[in-house]
Amino acid sequence: MARLVRMDRTGHSTLAEWAPGDAEAVEAAAAAFREQLDAGYYAVVSTGEGHAEQVRELPADAELVILRRPIAGG
Amino acid sequence: MSVLPETAAVRWRPRLDDGRLRRRERGWTLSTAVHTVPWLLAAATLIALEPLSFPVAAVLVVHAYAIPSLYANRGALVVRPRDRSGTGPEAMALGLLGDLVGHEARDLHARTGLVLERGALGVWLVGEAGALLVRPGGRRADCWCVKVDADLPSADRTAHLLLALREDEAGFATVANLAFSGAVRRVGRRLPARMRPAVDAARAAALARMSNAAA
Repeated sequence: MARLVRMDRTGHSTLAEWAPGDAEAVEAAAAAFREQLDAGYYAVVSTGEGHAEQVRELPADAELVILRRPIAGG
Repeated sequence: MSVLPETAAVRWRPRLDDGRLRRRERGWTLSTAVHTVPWLLAAATLIALEPLSFPVAAVLVVHAYAIPSLYANRGALVVRPRDRSGTGPEAMALGLLGDLVGHEARDLHARTGLVLERGALGVWLVGEAGALLVRPGGRRADCWCVKVDADLPSADRTAHLLLALREDEAGFATVANLAFSGAVRRVGRRLPARMRPAVDAARAAALARMSNAAA
């Protein structure tokens, strides 16, 4: 089961879960995904140890999509 | 490779690469010398002119030592642990961070609070409010201050920085502020004792990488 996860004050929240073949679940996840991007989150997919990629559309075949807040110099 | 979107907020900064980083490091070394050498020369001159001025010369030497120490301390501050939120959210966040890293890095994080990540610029130690980059060879460290503007558990802050670093290492270093650049040992000895094994591990990884590149 793939998950859309947002890092927040609770540790993290699972916003959507889907199986790649389940079109309805994928559509719901894509809607939740777009909503979070509109709220200022960035979406990242881990592509193996040491690598991650920012995504702007929900990758339905990814196992885990993580939403993060922007970083800035401290 | 994706470009870190946060770099758009610092358009005036040239994108960092190894050459630019080396130049900045040389600038830090020069700055340290400028802050130190005149005080030492003044102390030596005072002693040469009048040995009885020893107390004043001693103050100048202490001054020469103190200024670089303050900079090194600022560098160490970027990876020092911050206040923790509740244990429940922290445990949840640790679970996610654990999913992102391998067994070795997970174990090191549990012991030291820092995540070791190998990159093109060197070996990174990622904390919750910054990262320490140990350069190839393991002698120099660059301390980067970088934050997430959100109320998050410590492990989530670390995960934010880790993911951004993995997305675009050069972009990450472009966005972050360089708080200190200098000898690894100067930063290491200003860290809490429990964090020092992470510095040792990063130095070993940076040395091994240099040896592998030379072989």
